[in-house]
Formats: sequence, structure tokens, C-alpha cells
Amino acid sequence: MMTTLVAARVSLSPSRVGAVINRNVGALRSGPAYWVVLISGFFEPLLYLLSIGVGVGALVGDLTVDGHTMSYAAFVAPAMLAVSAMSGALAETTFNFFFKLKYMKTFEAVLATPVRPFEIALGELVWAVVRGSVYTAIFLGFMVALGLSSVAGALAAFPATVLVGLAFGAVGMWVSTLMRGWQDFDLMGTGQFAMFLFSGTFSPVQNYPVGVEVLIQLTPLYHAVELVRGLCTGIVGPGLLVNAAYLVVMTVGGLWLASRRVEKMLCE
Amino acid sequence: MADQPLIHARGLVKRFGDFTAVAGIDLDVAPGEAFGFLGPNGAGKSSTMRMIGCVSTPTQGELRILGMDPVRDGTRIRARLGVCPQLDNLDPDLNVRENLTTYARYFGLSRAESRKRADELLEFVQLADRAEGKVEPLSGGMKRRLTIARAMVNDPDLVLLDEPTTGLDPQARHLVWERLFRLKQRGTTLVLTTHYMDEAEQLCDRLVVMDAGKIVAEGSPRSLIQTYSTAEVVELRFADGLDANADYAAKLDGIGERIDPLPDRILLYADDGDDAVSEVHRRGLAPASVLVRRSTLEDVFLQLTGRTLVD
Ligand SMILES: Nc1ncnc2c1ncn2[C@@H]1O[C@H](COP(=O)(O)OP(=O)(O)O)[C@@H](O)[C@H]1O
Ligand SMILES: [Mg+2]
Repeated sequence: MMTTLVAARVSLSPSRVGAVINRNVGALRSGPAYWVVLISGFFEPLLYLLSIGVGVGALVGDLTVDGHTMSYAAFVAPAMLAVSAMSGALAETTFNFFFKLKYMKTFEAVLATPVRPFEIALGELVWAVVRGSVYTAIFLGFMVALGLSSVAGALAAFPATVLVGLAFGAVGMWVSTLMRGWQDFDLMGTGQFAMFLFSGTFSPVQNYPVGVEVLIQLTPLYHAVELVRGLCTGIVGPGLLVNAAYLVVMTVGGLWLASRRVEKMLCE
Repeated sequence: MADQPLIHARGLVKRFGDFTAVAGIDLDVAPGEAFGFLGPNGAGKSSTMRMIGCVSTPTQGELRILGMDPVRDGTRIRARLGVCPQLDNLDPDLNVRENLTTYARYFGLSRAESRKRADELLEFVQLADRAEGKVEPLSGGMKRRLTIARAMVNDPDLVLLDEPTTGLDPQARHLVWERLFRLKQRGTTLVLTTHYMDEAEQLCDRLVVMDAGKIVAEGSPRSLIQTYSTAEVVELRFADGLDANADYAAKLDGIGERIDPLPDRILLYADDGDDAVSEVHRRGLAPASVLVRRSTLEDVFLQLTGRTLVD
């Protein structure tokens, strides 16, 4: 009984999830405005990498973390990669998702078909990560070209950036379903920026007082940065499994909560 | 199987918090029927349609759509429905044809099938020349026709149309009616809501009159008019109307079957309108204007609820 209930709840059709993705591919083709968003989302982390990683790095010199010495730019670059994966997915599952949910009534139209709320959430998430992965792939190309990562490191880090995209995309989607209006996005932007500055992006978290360090270790971008940096630099340890698990929980939890909210909002 | 109703409801209730939008209705819609919900704004028509469309869970009562349970088999039922919601929700990011092809994919049609179906339907709703164009510049009537086409992509067994022509100008309405009439002729089962009596009369084989969440009458447009009204109605307007209409009504007492003084006019229900008018003149009354017309569902609604349909 329980298993059939769970099966009914979870059973999903790949063709319907594909149809949700297909809609976004169609929309991308038709609007030039979309490309602007796409490009801006890519350049931001790249500019940070060049200005802070390379510029400030010239002043800071090399860095020693856990007994491994690396250039400051090589330390910052994986973090910027993780940020890029995060913001790429978030751009899609926050602004665009919210717009489709609240204003364009896209999902209302979709829910009149056999497609279920969970299939919408999954399709939108996959689309967001596909889109975000274009950024991260290009970004990894830059890193290899600038000598900030080995090819092996880049290949190992790429799947990790996909997981980062899934995790932030899913949670971002859930948060979007709770937004009352555009002003709430400012709040989210502030939170995102705070994480961006303090998640071990620009300096090792061990540099902070212990209390702050623990606090940072509870936030998601920290785990994203640790995982991506570990794989990029090849400094791997069991801690990476914890980071990955954290991101998996975000993905599953975010998707589940987002699809429940969509159902509650549109199918009352 | 053949005469199994497509929609079967008993004691169907929808509540939003403390508010009861649908207060226990019974329905049976047979295959091939064109069935209507006629009622003013807030009557609970859309709430009922959303339950039938399996996007809203009934609070109480029994509901079977295509012989299935909407809560358990929602996905399977929706696969066989076509839905035209009250407010158009076409996708402005897609062009006219893509609106149909994209939608078809949600029903599992292949890319090629979707394309073929879309082109047939664009032809059907007379939008083939707009296929590559954007949705935004389409007129209200064109958008409505596109939404109707979208509701047909899966070749549905049952089409739900929530106020298909509200807000359209008369010419656009007639175009929509004409297309819906063709669907009806092909044997498609249509369920529509409207607050226009002429729409209900044009399109519905059978309808229910809804008011405040309840069904107050049921039948064919003709039988409803026969039961609740007279063959003809005389509309009288007096120069000093407004406050004086109650007094005039008293003076008209006994003419026709029934007299209804409204703020702006007096309605005289009579099987022979001209006879009634002669009697009005015989009594020495001189109305500023006299109109004899056939009875409509509007009169039925007024008789049943004491209110007009569209204010
Ligand atoms: N989601 C909702 N939450 C609260 N009240 C609702 C909701 N949907 C409809 N209602 C109320 O239910 C009543 C019936 O609405 P509706 O079914 O849309 O009527 P109609 O389509 O006949 O105009 C209205 O008073 C409306 O305000
Ligand atoms: Mg309505």
C-alpha cells in the first residue's frame, strides 16, 4: 500500500519532463532578450576572477591551504566556478521561474495537460542546469587556458558543477514559490551576495574566528566551493563526500518542496 | 459503456476556507452533448470547471470524469480533456504555431505529429496565415481561437470552455461560435460556461442555471423558457420611469402572466405580446417606448433569482 502510494507520487514520465524542457528551448530561440541575460550571467564571475584572482593575487602571492601551496588565482578560480554554477541555475529558477509561475501563467496552462507539478519542477531544473552548464564549461575552458586548472581537474570538476547547479536551482525554485513579489528578490540577492563573499571564496574559512567558521560551514555555497575546489586542485579527502551529500539533500528537498508549493498554488 | 456519462457528479462541493463556491451540485453529461453552465459572475462556474478539469480537488461529493476518479487518475483523465480557461494563458515567448506544437508535446505527441496537428488546427481556427507570428499582437478573438485550437491538440473526448467569448466584440464572438458549432457537429462533447444567454441558446443542447454555487434549474434552452417564462415579453419604458415604475406596475396588473418592474423598465410576460400592448393602451397608459420580443434565458434567470445576469 505504502509502496504503491510512493510509486504513484514519484512515477514520472520522461517524455513529459522532456516536453517541459522543450518549451524553454523554444522560448530561448524566439527572444533576443534572453541572450543578454545569458551573457551577463557568465561575465560576472569571470570579471571577479580576473580582477580579484589575478589582480589582487599579484599582491597576495601564493597561499598555503592544508599544507598545499597554490597561487591566489588558482585558489579563487574554483570558487568563481562554483559561483557561476550557482548563479547560472538560480537565474533560471528564480526570476524566470517566478515570472512563468505568477505572471505568464505558463504552468497553469501546463497543469491542464497530463503533466504533473513534479514533472514541471524537474523539467525546469534540468533546463536551468543545462543552461548553467554552458557557463561553467566555458569558464573551465578559461581556467585551463590561464593555467589555473589541469585538464584532468577540469574534467573532474565539471560533474561537480552540475550538482551545484541542481542543488541551488532546486532550492532557488522552492524559494521562488514563496516570493510575494519582485521586492523579495532584493532580499534573496543580498543573501546570495553575502554567501558569495564569505563562503571561503576569497580566503580560506580557517582565517575567520571559530564561531564564524562553523556558521559558514552550515551555508550551502561553502559546500559547493569546497567540492569544486577539491576536484579542481586534486586535493581530495573524505570531506568532499559530506559536501556532495549536502548538495544532494538540497537537490532532492528543493525539488520536492517546490513541486508541492506549485501544486498548492495552482491546483487548489 | 456507450451511455456512460462523461461527467458524473453528485453533491459536488468546493470550499475555499469558510467560503463555499460550489454548494452541492448534481450533473450528468452524456457523450456528444453540448452542455452549458449559465450564471452570473461568482456563481461558481469556474470552480466547477476546474474540478472537472482535474486541477482542483473537490472538497466533498462524488465526481467521475470519463468514468475515472479525478484525484487518483488525474493524469489519465487530463490526457483526454481539452481545456480553454477563462483567461487566455497562451505563451508569449513562443510564436502562434509553437504554442500548439509545444502544447501537443505535453500530451506525448511526437515532433512530427505535433507539427501536423498544429497546422490542421491553425487552418480550422483560421489562423494559418499567422502561424509564424507572435501571440501578443493577435486580437482578443484570435487569441481565443488559438486557445480553442490548443485545447484540441490531443483530439480530446471532452472539451471544457470557460466563458469562451467573454470580452469579445460581436463579430469575433460569432466567429468563435461558428467554430464551436462545427466541433459540436462533429460530435465533440462540449461543456461551456457563460453569462450570455444568447451564447447558451446558440450552443447548448442542455444547460443548468447556476446561482450562488447551486443549480437552480436544468433543461434545454427551449424547455427552460417554456417552464419559467412566457413565449413573449413586452418591455415598457415610461418617460417618468425610475421611481414611478412600481406605480405603473400596479396599473398594469392583470395583463399577461406576470409583471416585473425593473429600475429602468417594466417587463410584461405574455404569450401574445401584441395583445398585451393593446391592453396597455386601452387602459390609457402611454409608455415612451414599447418593445415586443421573444422570451430569452435572461428572463428565465430573472424569474429564478430576481436578478439580471449581466449588470
Ligand atoms: N481560489 C479561490 N480562493 C478563494 N475564493 C475563490 C477562489 N476561486 C474562486 N473563489 C470564489 O468563489 C466564488 C465563485 O467563483 P467562480 O467559480 O470563479 O465563479 P464564476 O466562474 O461563476 O464567476 C467567487 O465568489 C470567488 O470569489
Ligand atoms: Mg468564471
